[in-house]
Amino acid sequence: MSAADGPGFHDLLLALAERQAAVGEVRGVAAADPVNLPMIRHWVAAMGDANPLYTDAEAAADSVHGEIVAPPAMVQVWNMPGVGGRDEQESSPIGDVLGTLDAGGYTGVVATNCEQTYRRYLRLGERLVPATRFTGLSGPKRTALGEGYFVTWNITWYSRDEPVAHMLFRILKFRPREQKTSPGIREPYPLRPAVNGDTAFFWEGVAKGELRIQSCADCGELRHPPGPVCPSCRSANRTHLVAGGEGELYSYVVHHNPPVPGLKAPFVVAVVELPEGVRIVGNVVDCPPEEVGIGMPLRVTYRQMDDELILPMWAPRET
Amino acid sequence: MMRTLTEDQVEVGSLLPDLVIELSPTVIVSTALATMDFTPVHHDVEGARAQGSKDIFLNILTTMGLVERYVTDWAGPEALIRGINVKLGVPAYAGDTLTFTGTVVACEDGEFTVEVCGKVSLGDHASGTVRFALPDH
Repeated sequence: MSAADGPGFHDLLLALAERQAAVGEVRGVAAADPVNLPMIRHWVAAMGDANPLYTDAEAAADSVHGEIVAPPAMVQVWNMPGVGGRDEQESSPIGDVLGTLDAGGYTGVVATNCEQTYRRYLRLGERLVPATRFTGLSGPKRTALGEGYFVTWNITWYSRDEPVAHMLFRILKFRPREQKTSPGIREPYPLRPAVNGDTAFFWEGVAKGELRIQSCADCGELRHPPGPVCPSCRSANRTHLVAGGEGELYSYVVHHNPPVPGLKAPFVVAVVELPEGVRIVGNVVDCPPEEVGIGMPLRVTYRQMDDELILPMWAPRET
Repeated sequence: MMRTLTEDQVEVGSLLPDLVIELSPTVIVSTALATMDFTPVHHDVEGARAQGSKDIFLNILTTMGLVERYVTDWAGPEALIRGINVKLGVPAYAGDTLTFTGTVVACEDGEFTVEVCGKVSLGDHASGTVRFALPDH
């Protein structure tokens, strides 16, 4: 299913959720085993729970229960499928919703809420039947894990026809964030130039390997950085020329601190004077900072910063 | 048998003693299997790492069981647990320490509510409430 096939994924998902909610409670298969002492023993030992009413028949007989009872929090265990699941076909109104989310790329899953209510304690020999109800879908929401949908369902456990416990369970199905550094894929360079109506021509030039300088279409005056109006004759008509790409270092600083994302200190930031008559700011590269000096001849060079961005920089030029 | 608290021994504001559980791989695996949860992330280190987890981690059924145990360890074996409402947070990995703290926050019509928090090194693993009643005698 794709966005091109009519209604979007979100609408299809909501429609499915509405249908599944309308289905109501769906009974599952009965537990493979009734509530039994070996499973309780195994459970309390693993939990480190020393409550004698779960395993000690004598203590339990003297208690408020009068007999051994199962730990309430164990309610979900009785119907767990075990290794490899069980043969019986489980019918559940949740599966389609989760499957659709998977197909839509929301493959991540993390549980967020579990609320259990116990109507009474369970006794040995009771066999539980779960009944599942799809109760909620909300999203898409931005979360720390990625964009996702919260899916909520309720289970009621029955002993014969008596509901003995309830559970609300909520999970977040999310689109896992992209892995940050896969081999072969460049990390995006974190600093992006401001591209707007005044500067777009400059960056289009950079992409073609041209160093473009704005000029006034009326009086011909060059200006850099580019702007909307000629400072000399106030004309808003503008054009540009392509500079030769040579220059001289007019002024510079060597940056050591603070750290700048995407750049390794120390680096040189220079004001370069072009023979055309304007000055332009840029990094000096291919030269150790201690060898940089005012007046040094430079030539523009273009650096591919990531898959999209190219920046003009300045390298030493033989005189 | 351990004594169960009586209603006059519990008041709003009462603090539960901390419960500290060292989450050895044995604890993670034995509780996963005792809760019949054979999802690989709870017993298979390589499988867990392949899914982006640091290690195997505690399953939810166990978290619920430990929250219940935390309250009955303190209130006594005859405390009647009526409900556990847990908000699940960061994973509780093997090798970490899970520390439960709790406070009685409400008492209405013979039903007490304890606010419980289970912390690991990454933050709150589980936080929520447990409702229970105490027997009359």
